[in-house]
Amino acid sequence: MAIWLTKDSKVIVQGMTGSEGSKHTRRMLAAGTNVVGGVNPRKAGQKVDFDGTELPVFASVADAMKETGAEVTVIFVPPQFTKAAVVEAIDAGIDLAVVITEGVPVHDTAAFWAYNVAKGERTRIIGPNCPGIASPGASNAGIIPADITGSGRIGLVSKSGTLTYQMMYELRDIGFSTCVGIGGDPIIGTTHIDALAAFEADPETDAIVMIGEIGGDAEERAAEFIKANVTKPVVGYIAGFTAPPGKTMGHAGAIISGSAGTADAKKAALEAVGVKVGKTPTETAKLMREIMSGR
Amino acid sequence: MDLYEYQGRDLFERHGLPVLAGGVATTPEEARAIAERLGGRVVVKAQVKVGGRGKAGGVKLAEGAEETVARATDILGMDIKGHTVHKVMITVTADVAEEYYFSYLLDRANRTFLCIASVAGGMDIEQVAADTPEKVVKAPIDANTGVDEAKAREIVSAAGFPAEVADQVVEVAVKLWQAFVAEDATLVEVNPLATTKDGKLLLLDAKVTLDENAAFRHPDHEALVDQASVDPLEQAAKEKDLNYVKLDGEVGIIGNGAGLVMSTLDVVAYAGERHGGVKPANFLDIGGGASAEVMANGLEIVLSDPSVKSVFVNVFGGITACDAVANGIVQALALLEQRGEKATKPLVVRLDGNNAEAGRAILDGANNPLIQRVDTMDGAAERAAELAAAGV
Repeated sequence: MAIWLTKDSKVIVQGMTGSEGSKHTRRMLAAGTNVVGGVNPRKAGQKVDFDGTELPVFASVADAMKETGAEVTVIFVPPQFTKAAVVEAIDAGIDLAVVITEGVPVHDTAAFWAYNVAKGERTRIIGPNCPGIASPGASNAGIIPADITGSGRIGLVSKSGTLTYQMMYELRDIGFSTCVGIGGDPIIGTTHIDALAAFEADPETDAIVMIGEIGGDAEERAAEFIKANVTKPVVGYIAGFTAPPGKTMGHAGAIISGSAGTADAKKAALEAVGVKVGKTPTETAKLMREIMSGR
Repeated sequence: MDLYEYQGRDLFERHGLPVLAGGVATTPEEARAIAERLGGRVVVKAQVKVGGRGKAGGVKLAEGAEETVARATDILGMDIKGHTVHKVMITVTADVAEEYYFSYLLDRANRTFLCIASVAGGMDIEQVAADTPEKVVKAPIDANTGVDEAKAREIVSAAGFPAEVADQVVEVAVKLWQAFVAEDATLVEVNPLATTKDGKLLLLDAKVTLDENAAFRHPDHEALVDQASVDPLEQAAKEKDLNYVKLDGEVGIIGNGAGLVMSTLDVVAYAGERHGGVKPANFLDIGGGASAEVMANGLEIVLSDPSVKSVFVNVFGGITACDAVANGIVQALALLEQRGEKATKPLVVRLDGNNAEAGRAILDGANNPLIQRVDTMDGAAERAAELAAAGV
């Protein structure tokens, strides 16, 4: 059943008629995702053809949910409209909102997250600035390439898009239950801990790869969580050992502030709770391979 | 983007917060003009984005214009922890009675904002929090309800501000929150927030960080970028929309995706340990769609760094197809030659993922002696480090 996204999940796309939105809607459909429509108030009532699949455009997330029973929305709207798009999805009460958009002001993310909390966290938010979530062989909500690997029993949670793809590729012969790219922004909806908890509870996941990077203390907190709550084997990787302090390394959240947020501190915290941490992505994959070969 | 103190002071002033009268000077003559305008006793403060300038001699009092010129002359050009002083801020002085601390910042762990307030100000707040945690109040702020008068009063009372300044601190707390939101700041820190002997509250220092993701709604923030301190390569990269950070090693790095590029830096640094200690020369993320032009621009920036001895192009084809990247590399080298900037440094290229076989075939077919293809990330890093060490 994987986590959060299955082959039955009905998916809509906010920003489906834009260039990124339409490109990735096509890819999601090709990956077998059950995409049931899109949202764009200015094009409501129209239909868009994706290589033979006609998808309806709705005026709002609420309309789309009412008409299609959609449970998941993937958001591709530009940064200046992202907050409104997420708030709309929360108001409609959708189960899962995957926010792909990069470059969202952190005050906007903080605002939609606070709004979600005030509404009782009815909606799970993944991102922003993330590649989305893929349950290989079943469904794909976001921009993770669908053909890297098939389904298997490893769960993956990562702050980085391309490192997610790299890890999926390294372990493609074993396969993954679900891969979640949680994003590299300073404030994100779904955290490492949320994904670890879900993988721990998922009967189709045997072991977990966790990829982190410099900035913040999410990995340290994940380590605490693993110690108390995770019985499945976890293998870790951290990027940014050589990053200089005070410089933002690509991701808005990837910055060492003073002595906080270093890769060394994150690695030490994970190793202290028994998580094996690879020095390179390839070595990390090897550690996971050893675990899986014993099963 | 971190602001200089004088920029933070100006920002506070624009938002109606009480600050000292002053100005900023880049030359002793400008300092003279400010001192004459202000009159009397002034303080001359080095403008550097690093702590500890007072101990380093970067903050001096001066009486009148002549002394101000002398102090500004001393401080301008000074080196403070590796930062050269290009500007000094000159303000009137304040007769300080008490020093407090007040800030708003991003609280990543709790996905919200945080107010930190303390009546023990004027020193390192992290130290105060470690030594006397009871003197530091940390109050989470809801991003949507923010800080109104009632919330401000709650914080002021929890922090134990004296009754005679409480109303003033409440007013500052509300206005500072408004500034924090209006400017899309991720940090506004006032240390010290001071009372004068005649009972006035003043913001005597300003540490402000602005969110670059919000630049689209703040066209005025662009002017706050300190062009003089921007690395010329980083500036050139920015103009071409490339995500580049200059580092101080010898192996140029180009990759796709921030996480993969950070990882590449690490893998190269490990390999460098076996090859004369060579290190990565830069961070450069060319993003998802690596067209020939983007690759050419990236290569041009990386190769124009004179310390670069070899380049490692590390691409995992996710959405991008590796054959497109390979064509990009081959065309980029041709383009650079046309521009009269023929590459001379070896390029180690690792392509994996989407259409990797086709990409590798294109690289092999190009018969360019500069291109060395290695198909694993660790192996390619090893080779790039080895080549850089040989080229040093």
